[in-house]
Amino acid sequence: MSLSPGIYFMSGNSAVAEGAIFAGCRFFAGYPITPSSELAERMAARLPRVGGIFIQMEDEIGSIMAIIGASWGGLKAMTATSGPGFSLMQESIGFAAITETPIVICDVQRAGPSTGMPTYVGQGDVMQAKWGSHGPYEIIAVSPSSVQECFDLTIRAFNLAEKYRVPVIILMDERLSHLYEKVRVPRKEDVIIVNRKLPKSKKNFLPYLADADLIPPMPPIGEGYHFHVTGLTHDERGYPKIDPEVQDRLVRRLCDKIRYHADEIIDIQTYMMDNAKIAVVAFGSVVRPAIKAIKLARSKGIKAGLINLRTIWPFPEKIIREYAEKVHTFIVAEINYGQIVHKVRESVNGKAKVVLLPKMGGAIHTPEEILNEIMEAR
Amino acid sequence: MKNKQQLGIAQIKRRRGIVFIIKDRCKGCGFCIEFCPSKVLQRSDDFNAQGYHYPIVVEEPPEKVCIACGFCSIICPEFAIYSKPLEDGEEA
Amino acid sequence: MPMEFVDHHIRDKYLKVDRLPHIWCPGCGIGSILNAFLLGMEKAEVDPDQVIVVSGIGCTGRVPGYLNMDTFHTTHGRAIPFAVGLKLARPDMHVVVFSGDGDLVTIGGNHFIHAARRNNDLLVILVNNFNYGMTGGQVGATTPTGAITTTTPYGNLERPFNIPYLAAAAGAVYVARWTSLHVRRLAWSIAEAFHRKGFRVIEVLSQCPTTFGRRNKMPEGIDMLRWYRDNCVIQHYADPKDAEIVPGRKIIIGKFIDITDGVETFEEKAWNLVRKFLGDRIEIPFRKGLRCPKEIPG
Repeated sequence: MSLSPGIYFMSGNSAVAEGAIFAGCRFFAGYPITPSSELAERMAARLPRVGGIFIQMEDEIGSIMAIIGASWGGLKAMTATSGPGFSLMQESIGFAAITETPIVICDVQRAGPSTGMPTYVGQGDVMQAKWGSHGPYEIIAVSPSSVQECFDLTIRAFNLAEKYRVPVIILMDERLSHLYEKVRVPRKEDVIIVNRKLPKSKKNFLPYLADADLIPPMPPIGEGYHFHVTGLTHDERGYPKIDPEVQDRLVRRLCDKIRYHADEIIDIQTYMMDNAKIAVVAFGSVVRPAIKAIKLARSKGIKAGLINLRTIWPFPEKIIREYAEKVHTFIVAEINYGQIVHKVRESVNGKAKVVLLPKMGGAIHTPEEILNEIMEAR
Repeated sequence: MKNKQQLGIAQIKRRRGIVFIIKDRCKGCGFCIEFCPSKVLQRSDDFNAQGYHYPIVVEEPPEKVCIACGFCSIICPEFAIYSKPLEDGEEA
Repeated sequence: MPMEFVDHHIRDKYLKVDRLPHIWCPGCGIGSILNAFLLGMEKAEVDPDQVIVVSGIGCTGRVPGYLNMDTFHTTHGRAIPFAVGLKLARPDMHVVVFSGDGDLVTIGGNHFIHAARRNNDLLVILVNNFNYGMTGGQVGATTPTGAITTTTPYGNLERPFNIPYLAAAAGAVYVARWTSLHVRRLAWSIAEAFHRKGFRVIEVLSQCPTTFGRRNKMPEGIDMLRWYRDNCVIQHYADPKDAEIVPGRKIIIGKFIDITDGVETFEEKAWNLVRKFLGDRIEIPFRKGLRCPKEIPG
């Protein structure tokens, strides 16, 4: 079945695949795209052996719709892609959001825009992950910065998807996907695996009547619940309803079920931030040179620290705002021309300087580049 | 009628049917009336809540009678009509 | 007169009666086709709780919303990939894709041909009313050449798909075409198709008076039904190539393809691959009660 406990040496892509299987994923539908294809290849080899189904679909739209269907068929399901495929999946992410279907999408970001540099790193899909589909909705996005985190955060992604009945995006980048590192696989009993909430009884069951946590139980098919799932705005019965009040109730709940639980969902990692005066904000592969830069800065007596956005969406505004009281400069190091920097500026709200340290794609910041920025900000 | 006797058709008892109509569902498309093989359905002068003239049964026994073929019950797009065979001896 | 006014229909039990009257225009064929579908399901004697109906966007896309069953109304053109995933997860369910021509073979054409190629175990009811009705009557991949639509005001320049030919060429194992007039035969065909396995396509020509008929000399639904009555020719096992719809020529309807005995479905292959590794340690729920009567008369 899933990997037995122990130490392994594998790539980021493989770690996501194994993490998914560990979390109970038994359905993968995908389409080849550099740099995520190895993930699909591993799933193709591993899923049949663990009692799961792998299918390569005709395109990314087919892939994500197939996992949404499989999820409603009762399986934990995921797909993996990169920028161009992720763009094709956006409409379906919105469909998964309004129908509250638990799915996991691993977006291995590469240098864009467009075809860009398929085999080179990028981090330019961050805003697309949040705002890619149309209309108001919320998703969760986690961002690993080590191969171990690729394993661990994939389990977390599935747990979050099942708990909140929402699409969860693993925002990886190419460098991490192809990086080989040590991975410790825990024992099953040491890890909490969350499964979706099921309805208690069929008696006057309303498929979209949420509990206090704003999350409705998810009915299984084939057992006489006779429920209707639609992308149209729908009421608690699941009936299509073209009515502003029903829209307000539904959309407010779809968003609030994530916003009210933001503190519980958000899990970020800080490094030497206790007495930091300068904060480097980074995620994914950039976290590694950032840590090195902070060590170098500290050795020069500069009080620098790192905020690693292990959860990008919902964005940790509160935490950033709190640090804005103590820090005079935020340096946002991201491999794009400014995306997360806007959210940091919004959270800091003028209480500190926010500087963008961009990389246009294809390469990660070097520790020296980050160090120079820290020195300048002193 | 002569050759019918020769063929003994006169003795064959044709199935008779009864038609059930859900007046307010009818949208006056006329399919049941047009394609009833026995031509026993007609547009009523009365109309339903939406202003559509629902069908009614107008028989001219022994030839023009409902034989419960059920075509109206399938072709109706509104699920507004269906027919059932009359049991032997059951009068309409 | 043998007549009674009542307030329920014999097939109401399959419907969300509280949502009637439905959305389709007076004279539209979708209601008749849905009626025939429910009768066909009844004739097939399958448990409605095990029948999952999936649709995409369009007038026909609204069908599942009226069914008192487990139903999914997905996005435009993507009913089939959704159904592929659902069916793979639950091979014991009857998964029916019930959608329109615009949804299934115009925007959704790529998914349609690939599911046929893979022989995914899906029953596809494809309601072909020759245009995009919901959005007001635009041209689609099935609009006959020369037909007037809101986006071909000077006549459709393009050639339409021949759906039976397309489905057969892509690998569908059961292909039939009926119309919203031939509802009895359609019900039998659906009943028969329920007991087949693999990618099964039943194209149902339907009238669309409001946005298509009105602009093409058939303003009332009944006009097109009369046209079907006078122009359709039932020819079972005709060559799908000849099923082309050309104005002025007879339309061939009936069953074109029925080769389901020997063709393994994708679901069987995928789950047998799992069985190869896990043997009896996994219980694979294939479609229960799948009886394959040779021919249902009809």
